[in-house]
Amino acid sequence: MRAFTQHTGLVGPIDRANVDTDLIIPKQFLKSIKRSGFGPNAFDELRYLDEGSPEKPNDGRPLNPQFPLNFERYQGASILLTRKNFGCGSSREHAPWALDEYGFRAIIAPSFADIFFNNCFKNGILPIVLPDDIVEQLFAEMYAQEGYRLTVDLERQVVVKPSGEALAFEVDEFRKHCLLNGFDEIGVTLRDADKITAYEQARKKTAPWLFNFGA
Amino acid sequence: MAGKTLYDKLWDLHVVSQRDDGSALVYIDRHIIHEVTSPQAFEGLRLAKRKPWRVDSVVATPDHNVPTTRAERASGIAGIADPTSKIQVQTLDDNCEALGILEFKINDQRQGIVHVVGPESGACLPGMTIVCGDSHTSTNGALGALSIGIGTSEVEHVLATQCLVAKKMKNMLVRVDGELGLGVTPKDVVLAIIGKIGTAGGTGYAIEFGGDVFKAMTMEGRLTVCNMAIEAGARAGMVAVDATTLNYVKNKTFAPKGEAWDMAVAQWRHLHSDSDAKFDEVVVLNGALIEPQVSWGTSPEMVLPIHGVVPNPANEADEVKKAGIERALKYMGLKAEQAICDIRIDRVFIGSCTNSRIEDMRAAAAVVKGRQKATSVKEAIVVPGSGLVKQQAEAEGLDKIFVAAGFEWREPGCSMCLAMNADRLNDGEHCASTSNRNFEGRQGYGGRTHLVSPAMAAAAGIAGHFIDVRTMGEV
Repeated sequence: MRAFTQHTGLVGPIDRANVDTDLIIPKQFLKSIKRSGFGPNAFDELRYLDEGSPEKPNDGRPLNPQFPLNFERYQGASILLTRKNFGCGSSREHAPWALDEYGFRAIIAPSFADIFFNNCFKNGILPIVLPDDIVEQLFAEMYAQEGYRLTVDLERQVVVKPSGEALAFEVDEFRKHCLLNGFDEIGVTLRDADKITAYEQARKKTAPWLFNFGA
Repeated sequence: MAGKTLYDKLWDLHVVSQRDDGSALVYIDRHIIHEVTSPQAFEGLRLAKRKPWRVDSVVATPDHNVPTTRAERASGIAGIADPTSKIQVQTLDDNCEALGILEFKINDQRQGIVHVVGPESGACLPGMTIVCGDSHTSTNGALGALSIGIGTSEVEHVLATQCLVAKKMKNMLVRVDGELGLGVTPKDVVLAIIGKIGTAGGTGYAIEFGGDVFKAMTMEGRLTVCNMAIEAGARAGMVAVDATTLNYVKNKTFAPKGEAWDMAVAQWRHLHSDSDAKFDEVVVLNGALIEPQVSWGTSPEMVLPIHGVVPNPANEADEVKKAGIERALKYMGLKAEQAICDIRIDRVFIGSCTNSRIEDMRAAAAVVKGRQKATSVKEAIVVPGSGLVKQQAEAEGLDKIFVAAGFEWREPGCSMCLAMNADRLNDGEHCASTSNRNFEGRQGYGGRTHLVSPAMAAAAGIAGHFIDVRTMGEV
């Protein structure tokens, strides 16, 4: 997995609460058996004026001029600023894949849905939870100042504003560790293969019906 | 020391190792797989030259993409018209065959929606940890299991290691006291709960559903409620094991038999929260006050009793919420303070992992029996959750009741719940749907979903608009 240490980038908004993963990447694009190719269809129903499909080339589709991420000033945004409960609904990992390919490296919101939050870490994207009032303030500053950029420092667990002010955020130790190092989590878990085997052996004695499925 | 909750017990039973960084390695007993969220996981295994840890813990079935018309279904995968869907279903077959994973293929009688197939086959049992690359995996918690939805990276992780790396969630008890009124169903209960706590109310929690209403509820009803725990933000929903659970599980194909059954039951009887267990959060509802529910907006928390009126954004002080209501009204084509009963519908969808079990089929059939679909309703489809549900319904003659009423009787699959197959809404159409999500575009580009119970969906199909099913009387 790609590591995340520090990132400085332009901030772009999705200024609404409860953005669900259907909105991040609509279902018709989930028919792909690959991990890539979702970027051009991130936020498809908000971003374009017509209905997208996997068969349809995205070049030349009419862009929605009302959608902020289409504005000139947010082109190249790599830090997404949004509202509470971002990523709710479907567990589709295609959502972080699409956001990653779009160019987002970090997402700032007052809260995230659990499965999406978890999926971000598996893909080198850092979801950052900041209090409501701070998020409100960041929205105000971003709207007021074109080219508004933030620096995210995972090691220090801070978001640094253009003024130099540092906003602290929490992150689980194990998630931080994996992301900083870009660890292959399966490889890390398999170091405990002996423990897994020992657990299984014990369970086979106490709950044998769990181990003869389909027999 | 305080007693343990059901979730505490299930968690403790499955911890392989507790790590210093606050995470734990949690053993997974059952892994359910479908065609949409698994291909990249299998590809990842191949690229890393890894083998599955325990293929006999895995069961697969295609559900999201499969067509539901008999014509398209007759020739199996070859009959799938959409070429990308066809590849995805074929890829599941190929991966399962290559690794020796048990799969209920497209036209196997046991095929169906993963969350219907798991409990009905006995692949999912009390006391298990269960995962699937699908958020509605919370469904199986109704059996007294810890069952959670995961992403594709975790699907790969569980395939390779039989474990998840996780941090323990907090405990929430949602207690519904008293008795439900006549015509009020488990779907109405869970919609009322989501309306109360919101779509983020359960974030970070495992929810246990307790109280008189759940004690009296059938297993299929409990499955419906736990299914939508994720719509309240909780990855896991669960109900304590009792006689209802044991009666349901007994004699299922993959349930333990004979001595193994007795041994299992002796352990399963402990799968309830201790009387002195401590919950981080307790929410209480009065069951007698719950009425049939209808969602009006674009989030499952935007839900009202049938005799309610759509909210007026002018009355909302919170700016973010106000904007949300305005956006939802615009998307849904509704006016502020419009009566729910006045919303006309274009289509009916009865199905999905929430409401496609035999009791759901019976409830809908009881309403349409001897009646006719309103002519203004373009299409009403009934999609059973599995081949076995379909078989049972046909044995009871339910299919004939639906067809006589002008409803279509389909082949099993996820269908219009997420419209990955050909079943979908057109731009601007209103649908009375027994599914679980009313998100923008969920059932089709520009489609307008209203979440309801099977009885309420059937009633709307007859009336052409939402109507209190309790007022329809006998035919």
